[in-house]
Amino acid sequence: MNIVVCVKQVPGTNEVKMNEETNTIIREGMEAIINPFDTYAVEEGVRLKEQTDGKVTAISMGIPSVADLLKETIGLGVDEAVLLSDRTFAGADSLATSYALAKGIEKIGGVDLIICGKQATDGDTAQVGPSLAEKLGIPHTTYVKKIEEISEGYIRCERMTDDGYEVIEMTLPAVITVVKEINEPRLPSMKGMMRAKKAVVQVWTADDVGADKALCGLDGSPTQVVKTFVPVHNVNSEMIEGEPNEQAKRLADVLMSMQFETGN
Amino acid sequence: MNYFLTEEQEMIQELAAKIADEKITPVAIEYDEKGTFPHDIIKILADSDLCGVYIEEQYGGLGGGIMEMSLVVEQLSRACGGIALAFAGTGLGTFPIILFGNEEQKKKYLPDIASGKKLAAFGLTEANAGSDAAGVETTAVLDGDEYILNGTKMWITNGGEADIYSVIACTDRELGPRGFSAFIVEKDTPGFTFGKKEDKMGIRASATVELVFEDCRIPKENLLANEGMGFIVAMKTLDRTRPGVAAQALGIAQGALDAAAKYSKEREQFGSTISTFQAVQHMLADMAIQIEASRALVYQTCRHVDSGAKRISKESAMCKVMASDTAMKVTVDAVQVMGGYGYMKEFPVEKMMRDAKITQIYEGTNQIQRNIIALEVLKKYR
Repeated sequence: MNIVVCVKQVPGTNEVKMNEETNTIIREGMEAIINPFDTYAVEEGVRLKEQTDGKVTAISMGIPSVADLLKETIGLGVDEAVLLSDRTFAGADSLATSYALAKGIEKIGGVDLIICGKQATDGDTAQVGPSLAEKLGIPHTTYVKKIEEISEGYIRCERMTDDGYEVIEMTLPAVITVVKEINEPRLPSMKGMMRAKKAVVQVWTADDVGADKALCGLDGSPTQVVKTFVPVHNVNSEMIEGEPNEQAKRLADVLMSMQFETGN
Repeated sequence: MNYFLTEEQEMIQELAAKIADEKITPVAIEYDEKGTFPHDIIKILADSDLCGVYIEEQYGGLGGGIMEMSLVVEQLSRACGGIALAFAGTGLGTFPIILFGNEEQKKKYLPDIASGKKLAAFGLTEANAGSDAAGVETTAVLDGDEYILNGTKMWITNGGEADIYSVIACTDRELGPRGFSAFIVEKDTPGFTFGKKEDKMGIRASATVELVFEDCRIPKENLLANEGMGFIVAMKTLDRTRPGVAAQALGIAQGALDAAAKYSKEREQFGSTISTFQAVQHMLADMAIQIEASRALVYQTCRHVDSGAKRISKESAMCKVMASDTAMKVTVDAVQVMGGYGYMKEFPVEKMMRDAKITQIYEGTNQIQRNIIALEVLKKYR
């Protein structure tokens, strides 16, 4: 089985700096970690490889330093890692990102299953997995909490819903996005860490994967981020004190004096 | 401080620290209270390839030495000295095989220890053979192709949990310690049973158990080195593994300093955090000084031992005394810094104080260590 796991670099801190011109995150010089949800994707990919004797490739799109995070995945059992890195890819929204990833995955070739985390902890869009499947023209299932069965050209998995789960069957190749209930990611091993140290992450540019530059990065992103800001929690509250009947009267007066929008 | 660790040693340290922080710290207080043996943590160490850091590569290990073993023990002990002992006690039980085992014995036993599939234990202490290790009464009598063991070992770390035991027994009573021999005994050998599990002050996640031998027959091939070498096997093993106890003490001390320093910045009294009071600052400073001095001595001793130096008794005794006395002092002070909260079981430092005490006692009491050191010192001036 030929498996690809998609990983994203996310800020490992709350102190995120924004580029005020493009309204995108400044990722250079920032403490970076693998998106926590992607660690479950990596673990599931490695477990499937161990069961089916296949191969797992980790792929990411990002700045050159993301290669270090991809090496971490090799320490966890991933066989090879590919980084899509090019100025052309910069400023991508989820559509342009999934386009670039799709081109990279096409270049890897012969992929049976693509696993993504359910969403990234920075953007929280949960769009790249499904969008990637559309770009590749293959089926997908989101919020997978268990793979019940997988074999040549077939997968049956449990998709988490608000009040239970659905059992979904798909033909392979396909994309799944996974939730944290699916497994418990392992810690790295010494032998894995030593292998990771020696590993070479392949870096592919837009030209390498044959991407149409008009569909990459800022140019390929229909999403316009107009403004980003941290919401200010500014609640003025009044504590009503006194005897219960006095409190009730005061509360009623306050409520009556308020103007509520009725929506009409 | 930069201790000039190799890249591989740094990786070992980093990985052991990650396991300590993510997997051991959350369960340390519970395992202490219930006396739970940490099989789950051993599994994690095994999956991370850390069980065999001190075992040669040809037997499945990472090819390190006492330094690598001590780096792991120190990090695990920061989170729990008792849980760390499942690993360190296995080291103690394994070194007789590493140092004195023949090729067949090494091939048979070391790979399973390196992979974490099996734990080991060391059986020397008896009711009448503690500090005076020459008092061993367990006997081994050769009968055809087998030795027959009889006797009882007490306070054996990993007893009942380990699969492989290095045991010292007397093959010739007339000769005293020169009549001791060392054997490998496997769990489930008929005639080999376990007595009571001790209820201890500290290191409660570690199993401390009696080994009982009643006409226990083991193959002749399980003799380590030659007959009469048992006392030397024991002493050479202990000389090598004492830095491991020192590393355990060091880790416990570091864990206590970390807890006390963190608490001092949170606890407010008289309108400011207690970390602003000089009385507290000086205690923390003294703790840090003693820990760093101990670490420097422990690491340097490990390197001295791993260099293949012949004379290591004095140095290994010194680092054990220094680090364990430091651990005791530092943990007592950590409880003091944290006051009433430090005395409570919800916080880890009272446990660290209980755990620290054993490091002054086992693998040779600090008084016996001082005897060894003084003997070596005085040799120069006769």
